[in-house]
Amino acid sequence: MAQAAIELIGINKNFGAVRANRDINLEIARGTIHGIVGENGAGKSTLMSILYGFYQADSGEIRVGGQPASIKTPNDAIALGIGMVHQHFMLVDNFSVLENIILGAETDALLKSSIAKARSELDRLEREYGLEVDPDAIIEELPVGLQQRVEILKALYRGAEILILDEPTGVLTPAEADHLFRILRQLKEQGKTVVLITHKLREIMAITDTVSVMRQGTMVATRETRKTTVEELAELMVGRRVLLRVEKGEAEAGAVKLVVKNLTVRDSRGVTMVDDVSFDLRAGEIVGIAGVAGNGQSELLEAISGIRHAVSGSVMLEGKPIDLTGKADPGELRDRGLAHVPEDRHHVGLVLAFEENENSILGYHDDPRYLKGPFLNIDAIMADARDKIEKYDIRPGNPRLKTANFSGGNQQKIVLAREIEQDPGVLIVGQPTRGVDVGAIEFIHKRLIAMRDQGKAVLVVSVELDEIRSLSDRILVMFAGRIVGERGPDATEGELGLLMAGVEHQEAAQ
Amino acid sequence: MDIFNPIIQVLDSTIRLSVPLLLACLAGLYSERAGIFDIGLEGKMLVGAFAGAAAASVFHSALIGLGMAILISVAFALVHGFASITHRGNQIVSGVAINFVAAGSTIILGQAWFQQGGRTPALQPGERFEAIIWPGADAARDVPVIGPIYAELISGHSILVYFAFAMVPFTWWVLFRTRFGLRLRAVGENPAAVDTAGISVAWLRYRALICTGILTGVAGAYLSMVQNGGFVKDMTAGKGYIALAALIFAKWKPVNAMFACLLFGFLDAASIRLQGTPLPIVGKVSVQFMQALPYVLTVILLAGFIGKAIPPRAGGVPYVKER
Repeated sequence: MAQAAIELIGINKNFGAVRANRDINLEIARGTIHGIVGENGAGKSTLMSILYGFYQADSGEIRVGGQPASIKTPNDAIALGIGMVHQHFMLVDNFSVLENIILGAETDALLKSSIAKARSELDRLEREYGLEVDPDAIIEELPVGLQQRVEILKALYRGAEILILDEPTGVLTPAEADHLFRILRQLKEQGKTVVLITHKLREIMAITDTVSVMRQGTMVATRETRKTTVEELAELMVGRRVLLRVEKGEAEAGAVKLVVKNLTVRDSRGVTMVDDVSFDLRAGEIVGIAGVAGNGQSELLEAISGIRHAVSGSVMLEGKPIDLTGKADPGELRDRGLAHVPEDRHHVGLVLAFEENENSILGYHDDPRYLKGPFLNIDAIMADARDKIEKYDIRPGNPRLKTANFSGGNQQKIVLAREIEQDPGVLIVGQPTRGVDVGAIEFIHKRLIAMRDQGKAVLVVSVELDEIRSLSDRILVMFAGRIVGERGPDATEGELGLLMAGVEHQEAAQ
Repeated sequence: MDIFNPIIQVLDSTIRLSVPLLLACLAGLYSERAGIFDIGLEGKMLVGAFAGAAAASVFHSALIGLGMAILISVAFALVHGFASITHRGNQIVSGVAINFVAAGSTIILGQAWFQQGGRTPALQPGERFEAIIWPGADAARDVPVIGPIYAELISGHSILVYFAFAMVPFTWWVLFRTRFGLRLRAVGENPAAVDTAGISVAWLRYRALICTGILTGVAGAYLSMVQNGGFVKDMTAGKGYIALAALIFAKWKPVNAMFACLLFGFLDAASIRLQGTPLPIVGKVSVQFMQALPYVLTVILLAGFIGKAIPPRAGGVPYVKER
């Protein structure tokens, strides 16, 4: 085995009563790509933040290149050749690429020489690693994939030999993620060491050489990637066997519940995002809409749930039209049996500063069950929240806890519990498991299939192809605002991938 | 009727009246660009004015007065920093508190030390900053057009006036051409980026506040040692708030700040000049209306004429390392 780039020995870190890292030992070989997987809150990010000097370990030793290292600030880490690409980019949005790159690594008190040096250095990095980006572009005008590239360049500019990436693909489209992986392989070939933190097991299998699994603050296993399987890693992460593909019976599609006809939606710039889309949704089936993010799925969801104005077309819910002027009353749609789990739970689905019990009735707070005269019936609300917590295994099980303190997966369960427990006829779900742990994914999928089996109509939009394939009875593929194909649940990944890339569509057009 | 001379006079007083605004506005620019809202510009100017006049009159030296004005004003800026950077307090509350402390303490100390109803003794020659007459100013006065402009507008101001206007290009240079400026702008936009780049967010913000303190100190000294021959209670009269308005109006840019302050100074100067003067069409306008005019225009300009003013994104938010 090659010499270790990093050794972590007996790392402990507590945040108050929370033991974020417990006696962690880890060795990462030079010139490899090492994955660290674990559920949200398993302590992956904390461990890497300790390595980057953002936090101090309570006890333990760090060795870099075989030498004991004391890393008290990010400066120390940078000096040791450790660079980090954070999950939320650490970029100044209205600065240029160059300004972001030299920030903190300026050569002297004036900027002139720093900028000149950075410009030529960027040129070199661009040639060496294929990291193309316009040095004078303003960050906020760049797509996220390029912003991430700037973060990588920042680390390389500071002479990073060890590059830590925290959930790098969470914000990327599949194409951007592929490009990122090509860059990472290139870095590895040049002898750099890459540490990849993620909870997406497919990525681990695709790109890493070795992988470590963390669970509840401890390091439970380290494996060579080619000698392990997704199933084994999932089991190690969750601590029990996990069904990656939920069992389900044949769908028994019944009456038509929702009819979308010739729907066209434009965004604020006037660009057509949904282009003449028609489909219907029946009771007792799950229809999945697949597509690369940004091909109009979000706008379609918003239009159907009455939030976004549609230019033309109609949507009929149980035979009656939905107001498409963008002024539909969401409360009225709920009364008519349409429940909506929005894609962006942080901004649309939850008020993070509220307590869990408040969020678990949000939008249904006018329901007489939760009222006592003009006042909220706190007892009823708490009982209801406890009931949902038990049923959906929401953790921690404290309805008085602020929603922001729940993990992403549990926040999603709060929203799902709220919408599903209203017993709607039609359920529309955007990205049901975005940012959700493996264990919770299984649970959410089971719930959605149970809804279907009760004879509800379920529409699922997801950018995760696996999810679409495992849930859907019918798959619609969206590309450039249009539905370019419909397939059964047995469609292959390759077939759907081609549709999602618009290949068949373009050929048909020619 | 000669209208040229009155115009020159109005422009001359425009410059004099806009200097304290400009200094305070640039002071606010340093702190707000670093992400610290500073509603306490007013208070810092006031303590600067008091400290300057008091020290000048006691030590018979304008320079000692200026030094003391800067020192006390910086001390107040550091108090704001201690509350809002070190202890992550609410920046507005801290700023308001500083304004109250300044208003009260200047009067009490003034009364205790000088027994003149909160005033400081009238400053004697040598204790104030005198006007600097540029070479040939008197000789050039009679040259048509250019003469009065040179003699009245360019020559004949105190050193602090020239300092204030020199601070405009200097501030631009600091912000956009130096390492300190780059980091200062970055910390006002995204302190986490600065932190992860290995730079201390707190120390950077303290340094920005020291710049603020220096400039509000000079602004205060200008009020009590140039514009006026001594300290009078509440002599800042809301200039700190107007400077904040000018800062928004200028979209946090130094050169814009100069024009914004000149505009507010001009409105002020024009309202003084036009008091009691009958105007064409409307006739004689009441004094109160003319006095209110600059503020009315401030509201109108801020409401409708500047387009979208985007403040530094991290402004007003104490920096906490995320878990």
